Amino acid sequence: MKTRDLSELAVRNLREAVLRNSLTTLGVAVGVASLVAMLSLGVGLQTLASQRLTRSGLFDAVFVTSQRNFRGPRQAPPPASAPKQNSRILDEDVRQQLTKLSNVTEVYPQIRFVTDVHYADKSESTTVLGLPDSSRSSGAFDGMTGAFFSSPNAEEAILQIEFAKVLTDQPPSLVGKDLILRYAERAPLSRDASDEDLLDSMMGSGKPGGISIVPREKKLRIVGVIESDPSAGVGGFGGARLYLPLQTAEQLHVAQPDDLQAFVSGNSAKPSYMALTVRVHSPKDVPQVEAAIKQLGFATFSLLDATKGLRLVFTVFDLFLGLFGSLALTVASLGIINTLVMAILERRREIGILKALGATDRDVRSLFFAEAGAMGLFGGFFGVALGWLIGQALTWGTTIYLHRQNLPGVKISYVPWWLAVGAIAFAIAVSLVAGLYPASRAARLNPVEALRYE
Amino acid sequence: MSIATNFLQAESASREYRLGETVIRAVDAVSLNVEKGEFVALLGSSGSGKSTLLSMMAGLDRPTSGAIRVQDRNLAELDADDLARYRRETVGMVFQSFNLLPRMTLEENVELPLRLAEVDRRDRASRVGEALERVGLGARTRHRPSELSGGEQQRGALARALVNRPAILFADEPTGNLDSVNGEQILLLLREIQASLGMTIIMVTHERPLAEKFANRIALLSDGRLVSDGAQS
Repeated sequence: MKTRDLSELAVRNLREAVLRNSLTTLGVAVGVASLVAMLSLGVGLQTLASQRLTRSGLFDAVFVTSQRNFRGPRQAPPPASAPKQNSRILDEDVRQQLTKLSNVTEVYPQIRFVTDVHYADKSESTTVLGLPDSSRSSGAFDGMTGAFFSSPNAEEAILQIEFAKVLTDQPPSLVGKDLILRYAERAPLSRDASDEDLLDSMMGSGKPGGISIVPREKKLRIVGVIESDPSAGVGGFGGARLYLPLQTAEQLHVAQPDDLQAFVSGNSAKPSYMALTVRVHSPKDVPQVEAAIKQLGFATFSLLDATKGLRLVFTVFDLFLGLFGSLALTVASLGIINTLVMAILERRREIGILKALGATDRDVRSLFFAEAGAMGLFGGFFGVALGWLIGQALTWGTTIYLHRQNLPGVKISYVPWWLAVGAIAFAIAVSLVAGLYPASRAARLNPVEALRYE
Repeated sequence: MSIATNFLQAESASREYRLGETVIRAVDAVSLNVEKGEFVALLGSSGSGKSTLLSMMAGLDRPTSGAIRVQDRNLAELDADDLARYRRETVGMVFQSFNLLPRMTLEENVELPLRLAEVDRRDRASRVGEALERVGLGARTRHRPSELSGGEQQRGALARALVNRPAILFADEPTGNLDSVNGEQILLLLREIQASLGMTIIMVTHERPLAEKFANRIALLSDGRLVSDGAQS
């Protein structure tokens, strides 16, 4: 029998016992809904965690230092037998070189320094950090009082609330006010003859010009006050309490601890960086970029291992949710077997007639298979819709709860296309497996006996 | 009428059923030759084996011994698919209880063998219409079996049996559920089909007067054996 005829007959048969078949299909739908709701919860939570982690900037970043600087936390010391590599300075040339590596989206220096801040009559010492413009979308500044920097080189500052409280009793009132930053600028030493002679006498001939440290002041407009510490991801390691746009911080040419080292080793002609942060397209690009940077002779550090552990946890979580969800579908498949076995008993005579008219065993088997498959298909569709609705209800309920706790709402359930398609395919597959026994039983019926059945 | 030989033959065909230790021989070594275009009545009382013999000749059942040959093919040796094809392409069947599917309209019932034979959809409507016109039900196509009288249902079943243009028509007690008037009309229809289409008809009945009136030949069965086989004048 042709597929179209088979489908028409199957749908007609399903319509005949509409109540029973609808209930069976509903059973499949509930099974699929439970599967979809469970997995959408797992996927939603995973997506939520992944989004938060990605936005934090911790997992799509590689922190680069010169090998002669600190090695970074958790990193084992190089083995004694390892070949000694040439130490390279992190300067602008290196920054440009790293920018050209594949899958790298951005490279920026870590500019952090301790300085004095003057506001009104108060003078306080604090740590300042330059923030790249990309940190605007990190989510760390959501809910901040005020606004993010108006431009990448604006002469503006954002204060961490604890520091703001030191300056005033009303931290929000600081927005729009000015403060003065006092810092030590690193400037090249003027190249007059006496300086050269002095340097030569001290360090031998052939050394480049020296550096001078000059006290400077900078007026900055306070544009925001933030409660959390946003520097954990964007800056590499936390602890800063005053934030400037990165370009503004770079233009200050603040003296860094390694300037002296660079000067002594004869590399003071060009400014160098303590550390560079290399951002990549996605966390999966981290190992490749990290390896490429190591090849260039720099020390690297990333939090990739932490994400691997997180993925493992979510995979196991999804597996268990899927197993529990599948239980309901297994029960539903028993409903399909029951419905089809009942249909065979009721339609015994009809099967006999079909066989007398020339239907093959395969035709009869296919007919029952098509009916089981159709129940799976419809049940799958309704189940996905129902599962999605359950997920939406969970998200809605969670959001209400979070709002009552003064927390922003989150989407905890997510039905990706592969889950919807997979659930429908799974429902059809389970239904077909459930239809195996009834279909083969119907196909084996002896037509003479079937025709005698009243 | 031109008659060809060796069209359908039962050669010592037997059919046994086993009920525990007991073996019941429903058909016992029956040999019968049916020639093309004949109208043969298998006559006998209840339990004489006539319906079992018809089922074997129609390819619904297989003999436990002996052979049923149709156009030189031994049905006992055909596999299930070939036997289904034989029922689909060579045979038409009419039953005592009509056996129309109640949820289908008359035209859908008649179309069913065409679906099974995978006949092109464009040809189906004309063939269904032609079969229903032949049995006088051209105006009842959209009716369901429950909306038809017994005689109409049997004529509908006859249209369904004819729609695939079979070589042999098997009728198992076709008048058993009809009154005498409707019964005679059905048998007149069978005679007319035999005459106009040259179709071979094998009919099971327990009503001797009807068999004598309409069949060319009567084969009498008793206790599974063929006791007489003679042509009607």
